[in-house]
Amino acid sequence: MTVPGAEPAARARLSPRERQRISRGVQYAILVAAIVALALLADWPAIRQAFLNAEVAAEGLPELFTVALKNTVIYTFTGFALGFALGLLLALMRLSPVAPYRWIAAVYVEVFRGLPALVIFLMISALPLAFPSFWLPGGVYGMAALGLGLVSASYMAETFRAGIQAVPKGQMEAARSLGMPYMRAMISIVIPQAIRIVIPPLTNELVLLFKDSSLVLFLGVTAGQVELAKFGNDQSSTFASPTPILVSGITYLIITIPLGYLARRLEARRDGR
Amino acid sequence: MSDVEIRDLHKCFGKLEVLRGIDFTVESGQVVCVIGPSGSGKSTLLRCVNLLERPTSGKVFVDGVELTDPDVDIDAARRRVGMVFQQFNLFPHLTALRNVTIAQERVLRRSRAEAESVARTDLARVGLADKADAYPAQLSGGQQQRVAIARALAMNPALMLFDEPTSALDPELVGDVLTVMRQLAEEGMTMLVVTHEMAFAREVADRVVFMDGGTIVEEGPPGQVIGAPRHERTRTFLRRVLNPTHVDTDGA
Repeated sequence: MTVPGAEPAARARLSPRERQRISRGVQYAILVAAIVALALLADWPAIRQAFLNAEVAAEGLPELFTVALKNTVIYTFTGFALGFALGLLLALMRLSPVAPYRWIAAVYVEVFRGLPALVIFLMISALPLAFPSFWLPGGVYGMAALGLGLVSASYMAETFRAGIQAVPKGQMEAARSLGMPYMRAMISIVIPQAIRIVIPPLTNELVLLFKDSSLVLFLGVTAGQVELAKFGNDQSSTFASPTPILVSGITYLIITIPLGYLARRLEARRDGR
Repeated sequence: MSDVEIRDLHKCFGKLEVLRGIDFTVESGQVVCVIGPSGSGKSTLLRCVNLLERPTSGKVFVDGVELTDPDVDIDAARRRVGMVFQQFNLFPHLTALRNVTIAQERVLRRSRAEAESVARTDLARVGLADKADAYPAQLSGGQQQRVAIARALAMNPALMLFDEPTSALDPELVGDVLTVMRQLAEEGMTMLVVTHEMAFAREVADRVVFMDGGTIVEEGPPGQVIGAPRHERTRTFLRRVLNPTHVDTDGA
């Protein structure tokens, strides 16, 4: 056991504040040196030719927005809508007094949360082979909504469950004491409050889903059904340039960064109330 | 006819027996105040009357219907019993008016217009006609509790239960709520009130019930139970409540 304060006093003549300043100065110096080295060593003309080729980027317009981004948004929102409905149902099952409902919901969440989204998409693409009579409305759009919905439902179920449990017990009691049946009280009183609580995590889920929509390419899409990631990849092969990939990457950020900002705003507003 | 009849009511939470055989009745139009130390089972008794707690054994009749019958439509039975909570439990996402209309529309199937007219009448009854569009967070505790009373009244209950309705209020707001309750009593509402407000119990109650340790120790007119208690436990409790700065800390 050392005596607190005795050892540093004996060794260092610099005060903690001075030591911190020197340490930080060294860190900045290393950072600047690394950036300078990167700038000097990089082959700028080659990078510009490969990644910032304006002619190649222009080739993608307007399909980048009218087809690829549009499809990405469609896949995301249909998947989110399905996941929202299924997730809410699973959360209610998870909290149900009926034991088999709870088991089904628990197994569902464990399975679909544990499987990679890619595996689920591959299985969905195999569905028509396994069940020849199986017919899903909307073709690729239906399959994409199903895949993204099944995956996001497992996450949203847990989110909704936490939200419902965060609503004070007195709310349910007050509703029941007014003569509302359990489900009526859930729908009119508890769930509206729970959804308000979980808006920030749901917005996060929407961002994740937006990115996961790239997995739709494993369903085998036609030119009209293509989404951002595959669009960038296809254009990249066509023009033998990585620029389109960078362009579609930036297009994702155009959507996801404002969404993330929105989520933080909503969270701040909730805490402020 | 009695509005509430309780026969040999027992309630256990695990091994803890909170109610150990309660028998009593509330006659139509009567106001009964239940007093007693914390942990004596007063709130549990009240919550058993509208089955927010399921009794372990015993029977509860409200308005002639046995609520403890497993086949009874509990939601229908609860419509006849209004409940006012210590923590108000207003719905925070709804305006005061909507708090009062939502159960009328969803449960009694009244039209929006009819429900709103009933709600405005009941909000006026509790002195909050001008707060119809306020959200609960914008109201004081006393105002919230009065909205909660209006919410219960809008269902035309035959019986009103009050679970320590003023215990969560700042002292200067207690009077507003008690005034509304006194007015209800004068209008002939059947009321079962768990309270620590001895002045209210003494003036408004037809009968006072003193509970301790899950049993009824004594009951009778307020002049007797509060004015001249017969049991030592009642006397000790009343001394502590009425004169809290002079409690004999050696005993109990």
